[in-house]
Amino acid sequence: MYRQKYVFLLPGLLVLVAIIIFPLLFTVRVSFSSWDVFNPGLDYIGGRNYARMWADTRYWEALGRLSVLAGATVLIQYVLGFALALLVWGDVRAKRFFRVLFLIPMMTTPVIMSVIWRTIFHESLGPLNGFLRAAGLSAQPWLSDATLAFVSVMIVEIWQWTPFMFLLLLAGLMSLPREPYLAAQIDGAGPVRTFFQVTFPMMAAISVGAILIRLIEASKIMETVYVMTSGGPGTATETSSYYIYIRGLRDFQLGYSASLSLTYLIIMIISLTIIAKVMIRLLVKDRT
Amino acid sequence: MSLKRTLLLSSALCVSGGAGFAISEEVGIGPDIPGMCSFEAIGAKDYSGRSLNIITHAIPVIGEPTALHADHFQRLTGANVNVVHVPFGDLFQRIMIPFQTGQAAYDVLFYGSLWVGDFHSYLAEIPAEFQENPEMQAVTATYRDVATWGDRMLQFTMDGDRHYLKYRLDIFENEEIQARFREEMGRDLTIPATWEEYNEVAIFFSGWDWDGSGETNYGSAEVVARDDLMFSAFISRAAPYAKHPDVTGGFFFDLESMEPLINTPGWVRGLERFIEARAAFPPGGTNFGLGDEIFSFGGGQTLMSYSWDDAFIQAMQEDSPIRNQVGAAMLPGATEVWNRMTGEWDTFDEPNRAAYITWGWTSAVAEASQNKDMAFDYLCFFANGANTNHDLQVGRFGVNPYREAHFDASFWSENMGWEDATAQSYVETLAAIDGHHNRVFDLRVPGVGQFMSSLAAGVSEAMAGQRSAQEALDSVADEWRQIVERIGADRVRDAYANVVALEDAR
Repeated sequence: MYRQKYVFLLPGLLVLVAIIIFPLLFTVRVSFSSWDVFNPGLDYIGGRNYARMWADTRYWEALGRLSVLAGATVLIQYVLGFALALLVWGDVRAKRFFRVLFLIPMMTTPVIMSVIWRTIFHESLGPLNGFLRAAGLSAQPWLSDATLAFVSVMIVEIWQWTPFMFLLLLAGLMSLPREPYLAAQIDGAGPVRTFFQVTFPMMAAISVGAILIRLIEASKIMETVYVMTSGGPGTATETSSYYIYIRGLRDFQLGYSASLSLTYLIIMIISLTIIAKVMIRLLVKDRT
Repeated sequence: MSLKRTLLLSSALCVSGGAGFAISEEVGIGPDIPGMCSFEAIGAKDYSGRSLNIITHAIPVIGEPTALHADHFQRLTGANVNVVHVPFGDLFQRIMIPFQTGQAAYDVLFYGSLWVGDFHSYLAEIPAEFQENPEMQAVTATYRDVATWGDRMLQFTMDGDRHYLKYRLDIFENEEIQARFREEMGRDLTIPATWEEYNEVAIFFSGWDWDGSGETNYGSAEVVARDDLMFSAFISRAAPYAKHPDVTGGFFFDLESMEPLINTPGWVRGLERFIEARAAFPPGGTNFGLGDEIFSFGGGQTLMSYSWDDAFIQAMQEDSPIRNQVGAAMLPGATEVWNRMTGEWDTFDEPNRAAYITWGWTSAVAEASQNKDMAFDYLCFFANGANTNHDLQVGRFGVNPYREAHFDASFWSENMGWEDATAQSYVETLAAIDGHHNRVFDLRVPGVGQFMSSLAAGVSEAMAGQRSAQEALDSVADEWRQIVERIGADRVRDAYANVVALEDAR
């Protein structure tokens, strides 16, 4: 009865299969092959790529580095984004201008901005060291010292994506009901208490969503690393995406890079699910 | 008269048997040089209604001359020529994927000559008539070697590359600076003959304004960025310690056992000296790619550098602040060379030098191409005498000397206004490398990208202080063993034997 209804689902299902399921299944298949620059094609080598990956310390180090990078930058983006959203949510002059101004970094092209930032951080020609010298401070090896290069990549990420946080959180703030604030005012709550007792709890669900979206995006960081440091110095700024890119498209180890990609995908799904559950449990009181 | 009209009219004249073919001069190339692929000869061909697909590097290096000559070829022959420009990092896979999937996506390919180990089975052999062309016969033996895989010529030579030392001649000849160096270092200031001397001189000249420009100067600009051709710089540095002139049978591997030699003492010492040189780099110098190196030396910031021709040519551009104040020399050598046969260091009175015939640009025609005739005509046209003479004079084109005639100092002094001494220093250096007995070629085997990527990562870790030189190269050797195992030792050996044959031939 009403079997015809499934016919109407068919176009959607076909699109789903074509754009999501097939590439994913094909990647799974490639990951069990030795497809390489010298061995093209889909042979079957069992789990050899996965066994090799297990011993690939560079991959796991890149994953660890990515975790630190994504966690730290998203946390800072969240704090800054929230602060800026609160700033223009209130009754300030020219708030429309500031709202647009704060969004500009997000609207720029990551590759272009990475080139600009690389120039800013350039150790002999860049303006940043010029400012430091003018201020009587010593110039810094922004991109050639391992720690500073990592910090430089973080700065660019934070600069570029704080506006995204700002946008989501501002939208959340603007949708909050006024009654709890009136009640807090009547109860004599100050601005700090109002924030922690009223605003923050009501923003928790949106915060979790914003943080998760940014974590997903931040974990794919590629352009900034590619342009600014190429993963160096050494492997100090090499992230998972960049490492997989090197193995896949530079070294042309398609089978191996497919196994790296799939493992990365699974780790991301599991870790982001756990992070989401923990954050909801900690932050969102009303989980109905 | 517009360029197009000139070309069409000239083509028409040529097709109809017209003489006086001045077209090459009218399009700014210079006088046409008679030959089988001259403007006149190519203008006599008609490829109307046919398409030629070319993949090449991004503009300007090689990409710009590819497009320029494609445009002229199209107008001369009536062919529809499509040129795809790809950044270097993507070039390999953009060529390889169509090869592996059996598509004839491109007829003509421009790429790094070291990839021949991966590409050779997909390339068409250069037809005999092109090999016998006097312009091809004029290519030096070294660059014919580079174009050859086994006994087949698969690559169409249109560039010649090598690494050599560039230095500020005016500073080395400055008597005041010479005296200062002698006083502080206790010896005369000389062009470095060893990498130890290079480091010593470079460090001495770092951190002070030795050219009176008001800016701080530094000793050495080197290509150190991990994924920006650093592996070639490292090979230059390690070669004299690891390439013993009396030991045959492999530089990267022991050809017999296919055991990597990359972590043997010669290579390790090269890396240690590389690391020491960081003290002479300009700010940010530990992150310099090829472009940074070119502009650092070419812009007058550093005293010395070594790599491809580009930095020298940049320094000799008409607008360069150091034009005619630079010199060229063979790469520094080593007085102690690791002998892997005896397992000991051998001492040399005269420093051992290794001529690193580093990879350069090359071109080829795809075996799967349906337009081989047109494709070879295009490549022959690209490399004809007039076009080559023109391209050699434009630094950003990335076309460097590869024919005997290019090693004539008068070519550079007359055409480019170089001072005789500079031109002489340049051509003598290039000729010395070309004829050197102790040559090093790139590792032209299947999977070269993997080997070099692994090498660059290890060297970069050592440069960044993440590992010691020995630890870093040990890890590279481990990875090389795994790569050899995956590809198959026999397969790598068969390919590597071609390289070793070139190295051991003199």
